[in-house]
Amino acid sequence: MNQRLSFTHAAIAVAIAAFLILFLLIPVATVIYVAFTNSDGSLTFSHFGSFFSLTLMRESFYNSLYVGGMSVLISSIISLPLAYFTMRFRFRGAVLIQTLGVLPLIMPPFVGAAAMQLLFGRSGSVNLLLNDWFGFGIPFMEGLNGVIFVEALHYFPFILLNLTVALGNIDSAMEESAQNLGASGFRLFRRIVFPLAMPGYLAGAALVFLKVFDDVGTPLVLNVTNILAAQAYLRITSIGIDDPIGYVASVIMVIASIIALWGSTWLMRGRDYATQQRGGSTLAKRELKPWQAVLAYGWIILVLLVVLSPHLGILLLSLSKVWSYSVVPDVYTLDNYVTVFRDSSGMMTNTLLYCGIAAGLDVVLGTAIAYLILRTKLAGRQWLDLVATGAIAIPGVVLGIGYLRTFKDFQLPFTDEPFTAFWVIIVIAYAVRRLPYALRSCTAALQQLHVSLEEAAENLGASKNRTIYRVVVPLMAGGILAGFVTSFLTAAVELSATIMLVTAQSNAPMSYGIYLYMQSIAGRGPGAALGVVAVVTVAIGTYFSNRLIRNRAAGVEAQLLKTGV
Amino acid sequence: MQTHRKVRVEIDNVSLAYGTTRVLRDVSLNIEPGEFFALLGPSGSGKSTLLRMLAGFNQSQTGAIKVDGADITGVSPWQRDIGMVFQNYALWPHMTVAQNVAFGLEERKLPRAEVMRRTAAALELVGLADYGARRPNQLSGGQQQRVAVARTIAIEPKVLLLDEPLSNLDAKLRVHMRTELLALQRKLGITTIFVTHDQEEALSIADRVAVLDAGVIQQVGAPTELYDRPVNRFIANFIGTINLLPGSVNSARQFVSPLFGAQTIAVDTALSGAAELAIRPHALKVIAADAAPAADCVWVNGTVTEREFLGEAMRYRVDIAGTTLIADAPHFGGSSHAPGARVKLGIDPKAVSVLPAA
Repeated sequence: MNQRLSFTHAAIAVAIAAFLILFLLIPVATVIYVAFTNSDGSLTFSHFGSFFSLTLMRESFYNSLYVGGMSVLISSIISLPLAYFTMRFRFRGAVLIQTLGVLPLIMPPFVGAAAMQLLFGRSGSVNLLLNDWFGFGIPFMEGLNGVIFVEALHYFPFILLNLTVALGNIDSAMEESAQNLGASGFRLFRRIVFPLAMPGYLAGAALVFLKVFDDVGTPLVLNVTNILAAQAYLRITSIGIDDPIGYVASVIMVIASIIALWGSTWLMRGRDYATQQRGGSTLAKRELKPWQAVLAYGWIILVLLVVLSPHLGILLLSLSKVWSYSVVPDVYTLDNYVTVFRDSSGMMTNTLLYCGIAAGLDVVLGTAIAYLILRTKLAGRQWLDLVATGAIAIPGVVLGIGYLRTFKDFQLPFTDEPFTAFWVIIVIAYAVRRLPYALRSCTAALQQLHVSLEEAAENLGASKNRTIYRVVVPLMAGGILAGFVTSFLTAAVELSATIMLVTAQSNAPMSYGIYLYMQSIAGRGPGAALGVVAVVTVAIGTYFSNRLIRNRAAGVEAQLLKTGV
Repeated sequence: MQTHRKVRVEIDNVSLAYGTTRVLRDVSLNIEPGEFFALLGPSGSGKSTLLRMLAGFNQSQTGAIKVDGADITGVSPWQRDIGMVFQNYALWPHMTVAQNVAFGLEERKLPRAEVMRRTAAALELVGLADYGARRPNQLSGGQQQRVAVARTIAIEPKVLLLDEPLSNLDAKLRVHMRTELLALQRKLGITTIFVTHDQEEALSIADRVAVLDAGVIQQVGAPTELYDRPVNRFIANFIGTINLLPGSVNSARQFVSPLFGAQTIAVDTALSGAAELAIRPHALKVIAADAAPAADCVWVNGTVTEREFLGEAMRYRVDIAGTTLIADAPHFGGSSHAPGARVKLGIDPKAVSVLPAA
């Protein structure tokens, strides 16, 4: 590799590193610093002492762990049978898995939370019916139950998808050899199939835990405030940016997230479970026996009904004038939509603008980092990957607090406006938070691109830059686009950092608008309407991007076939 | 590990079709107790399907399979007691070597002490006594293969099935492992059926070989029988290199061909009419055109078109009136015939076989 080229690579790496240091490492370090120092800068653990001396904080700490753990448990109970049925038996489950997989992407839990209250709450539809028919109710939505219920229903697809992929990667010979040696049924599952799928399961479980820990909107909408994310938010916004308790809560959240993320990797260290071999086939699919079919379809339909209920609920809510103490709304209206389009079209524009820029930034950074990691020998390139991916372990509230604190004295040039009130800071927060998604997508795309394709271009006289421009980027386009879409869509429903960084309604994106509406009973109708608009927008985006990516990928494949690669 | 009781395997008229694709057609085989039996065939011939049928992973749509006299059709794989070594070994990466080997014994609910004793004995038998605590991915290909074998024989199955057991090993190791497998099989005396697409492998270690093509058994016999007396064109071409000469068998059991002119070759066959004469390259003698021919052969004149040095032999392509024959002359430093040289080819009537015309 020639001198000038390595200089270019180094310069790009430094630029990326600067971005990550400024907008990820320093803000997080600041939060940690504040949690461990007195106002004069001396080291102290007293903030932690006072944190744990407050009953509310102790309670919040335990509640957060409890909600995180229980959500993982409930998600697992929903996912395990679904994944096993679809992978092991011949029945129409694949379509369902794909459908369920995008649900958390297109609707964040806090949007559906209010609808879930109306459907499953003490005087919600289900309990009204249960009371009528059987004379008892089930406390789905009481206190922490509600948070767990809503979170598990929204995030179980992370476990489901990871588990399905992991099961799909198990070579059929793994299972057949166990049968050959005398294992069958549940023992076969417990001793061979599940352990082999364990890495996938743990990855999914860690993601669910992270997501639940990060979520501040759902507890707040459900009026549960004794939970860490809510406390961090409330302490900073009500007591002030200098309140150390909020920082302690933040540090604990970061630690818990890192433990969840690294713990799942650590448990599986040194275990290469990729058993699928060349020419191998996946687990043989059996026909369902009649009673198994009843069980499988029964479970699927039940899960589907419950999973779709927030979507259905939010739709009903958006169309209702009055909805309380009844199974379905009493009076229907389109007024909520009129209100939303009259008052909140600015927010819709903001969402498109913020998320578009953030996702664009993400794929540029993601492509550059992927290239540096996979195609250069630049010293320290693994650190870029580690730090960029590490953003996933930083809860949005924490990142928001970090920004507010780090940049609090920073004024925008030529105006008196503080940087923390400038809308760009929301864009940067989105870009940092969603970079891991874009990065993974770009890395996967580049990994599939055999280096000989580039060498062939260079052999025929194309320079490195020309090769990147004419060969690498066109072939990576599908992956880059997928990264853009994922970043965009997940940023569009981001609330944790948004809630910290929005300073004025004019700057707010849709997600914040929905949250704001949901705060009051009267606002629930318009909030639901805005939620429906967001869900529909995101769903349409997902659909078209999927089609685009598939066509694109098919195109690339056809080209490869034509050129005989 | 004690010697196994030797059992017989009877495959009676089994068939399998996926839609209109017939994978196996009325296959019948009788495998003797303690025999080392090979299923040989090109890919897609149905040999692996047949093996998996014995293990219970495929179901026959007709006929029956009997092991030790008992019909096992309909018995689930985990209740068959027929051990199978998988092509890719299928060692479970989440278990150690010892846990892998102990698995089948644990599934049989044997007491802990016996599980440990038999696991150790199986590992000892394959020469991996010290490797129990390792993980499969810390072993070489050859070692993994031995673990797979140990795991299967630890349960002391009635029959041992080997699915392309050597295909994932490099050439040198393959030759070594096949003698090792044979030694192990002889020691245990277990009826063993192995699948391979490699004729050299099948011929070198199997007691008997069944050659499959397109789901049909083409020939069953000892390796020498298949080599010396192929019953049809497929077998002749599939096993070794062979010359096939068109002609016919007359009523006096003489093979007649325009290539031989007025000469005929006495053949031992029940066929008559149009037929093909099959001659191995090494059964053809090559001498200079002016050399004195021996009387026990039928001689024809030809011209060398190509020669190829194989080490132990020189391979000639000899043109005889427009037909090319391949002849291997043993090589020991003497002179050879250059391309263009006029030669005589000698056909030994005792070293030919007759096939039905294609």
